[in-house]
Amino acid sequence: MAFFRTLFKTRGEAVSFACFALLILVILPLALPVFRLNLVGKYLSYGFVGIGLVLLWGRCGILSLGQGVFFGLGGYCMAMFLKLEASDPVTTAIQSTPGIPDFMDWNQLTALPKFWEPFHSFPFTVLAIFVVPGLVAFLIGWAMFRRRVGGVYFAIITQAIALILSLGIDGNQGYTGGRNGITDLRTLMGWDIRSEHAQQVLYFICVLLLLGSALFAKYIINTRFGRVLMAVRDQEERVRFSGYDVAMIRTFTFTVAAMLAGLGGALFVLQVGFMSPSLIGIVPSIELVIFAAVGGRLSVVGAMVGCLLVNFSKSAFSEAYPDLWLYLMGGTFIAVVMFFPDGLAGLFTKWGTIKNRAAALLARFRPASATTPNASQPAK
Amino acid sequence: MFSEYTTEELQNIFMMQGFSGLSLFSVLLLMGLGLALIFGQMGVINMAHGEFMALGAYTVYFCSTLTEQYAPAFGPYYFICAIGIAFLVCALVGALVEFLMIRHLYHRPLDTLLATWGLSLIMQQTYRSLFGAREVTPTLPEWLMGSFNLKEGLDIPINGVFVLCLALLVTFVMILFMYKSKFGLRLRATVQNRKMSSAVGINTGKVDRVAFSLGCGIAGIAGAAFTTIGSTGPDSGSRYIVDAFLVVVFGGAANMLGCVASAFGIAQAQSILEFFLEGTKGKVATLLVIVVALMLRPQGLFPSKVRGH
Repeated sequence: MAFFRTLFKTRGEAVSFACFALLILVILPLALPVFRLNLVGKYLSYGFVGIGLVLLWGRCGILSLGQGVFFGLGGYCMAMFLKLEASDPVTTAIQSTPGIPDFMDWNQLTALPKFWEPFHSFPFTVLAIFVVPGLVAFLIGWAMFRRRVGGVYFAIITQAIALILSLGIDGNQGYTGGRNGITDLRTLMGWDIRSEHAQQVLYFICVLLLLGSALFAKYIINTRFGRVLMAVRDQEERVRFSGYDVAMIRTFTFTVAAMLAGLGGALFVLQVGFMSPSLIGIVPSIELVIFAAVGGRLSVVGAMVGCLLVNFSKSAFSEAYPDLWLYLMGGTFIAVVMFFPDGLAGLFTKWGTIKNRAAALLARFRPASATTPNASQPAK
Repeated sequence: MFSEYTTEELQNIFMMQGFSGLSLFSVLLLMGLGLALIFGQMGVINMAHGEFMALGAYTVYFCSTLTEQYAPAFGPYYFICAIGIAFLVCALVGALVEFLMIRHLYHRPLDTLLATWGLSLIMQQTYRSLFGAREVTPTLPEWLMGSFNLKEGLDIPINGVFVLCLALLVTFVMILFMYKSKFGLRLRATVQNRKMSSAVGINTGKVDRVAFSLGCGIAGIAGAAFTTIGSTGPDSGSRYIVDAFLVVVFGGAANMLGCVASAFGIAQAQSILEFFLEGTKGKVATLLVIVVALMLRPQGLFPSKVRGH
């Protein structure tokens, strides 16, 4: 019970979490065909990044515009494993060098590059999905937070890193698959991931991992560490003077967020079946931030809902009105930032205040000479 | 990578690439100067800065089309006027954006980043609807075409020289403006201590608006310069935005001379490496060096020595 209280501070938090869990665990799988469910699974894999951003941006006050980097690193680790499995010597017999991925063969590579070798092993791949993004984030974070780089500068530098990685992958076609990315992924340890049944199973794996990560994030937020995080966001100097290692706290949060993003990337690859640099660069990285901002940067459930909602409306609107979509997206985003900085979740928690304000506003416009006695009553 | 060329070839390659780097330098410098005002002085991250550059470029294109249609005789001279018009249009739009959006967000710098990114989406889509998705090029006057032939195997294009002179002129005027004019004094005072400046009677709100629109106007000039060396598409601006931010951060935020030095370094490195390394590797290498340098020295090349706030 005490543990439950740590996870959910108020009844409202528990109810909103339960509703969201019910929606993605029961209602959506029952209501949607497998094709649509697979799309939801793809959007939910962005949810991992959203959860990370709630910890990092909402709670710790660090905006990273390079979350696509970690999403991509996790995704590429998974994709490399799947690609190696898909290119065994029998299926690739027509290549001039059988047994290496097709794009390497097209780029006149005759042997598998060294850094691809370990991805033959599944346990190594699972480890790499967490360790590679985590290590990169740790190094970047440690280098920068120790020198007290934060805020705006951190955002710009992480954005530059996103650009570097996407350009770097793009430019080294023989080693990474280049602009097309790693495509044509078929099986996971002999299990066909493209079949309908597999997609359903993968959806549920994704959902369970997402809910688990959300609980983990809630746990972090509601323990004492979460309070220190908020203190770092609001009064960095005081926390430092109280004897906390601010740089280490920030680095830890950044690393956790990166590992979550890496996991999301790996699940994305399993469900969608490809990975490319177009999912890493500047624009996708900012879009990930938008999802979290629209849903609510302070709320774990809000960020996940944001990922679902923005992506749903994106696919609905951009199919019907491709020109209008960007206006709508830009406009929504400006509106959210200027008027609802806490996103949808903020609206939800402030519903009482909004209702009162709206009532007050309505009362002001009500004609003063109204005939009903109620209208003249408050004037006394 | 150098061994396959003779010394003379190498010399020419360096001269040629160095000169084409100067064109990139001019655009980056103009972008960076505007950003140094908006970001370095005011702390606003204007992600739509690239779109203001594109706005300047499209203004020049529009002027060129108008001239061709209604006053072909004016053709050789329109470009000079178009630069001024591009500056004015961008400055006006900038003032409007500041009034409607930015001024409400000064105390939340990270949010200006997100809001201006929303703005950049809208501006890009507007260009797409108005001018089409295809890249456009204004008709340049005759005197900008052609090149000086310095010696055998070494041609210096005139438009590059023109753009370079324009960038240097703007830099010179900016430095004069910042350090010799009344407004520059007020701006620097506001940056150093907003409350105190306000207390001694400086209208800080007005200073902010003028500085923001001035920064956008300079982006417009950058756009005009850009039309002479490349064609303009709806997303032309966004391709330069990261480079422009790195120029400002690497140069030391509010420092104009630092901005010049870092724009020069970044542009030359990119341009020369591009020749020797294929594809995007030159750009990746340059960016990587800058990012690592910034991690080791976050204050940039020439940090400003005044205390903020």
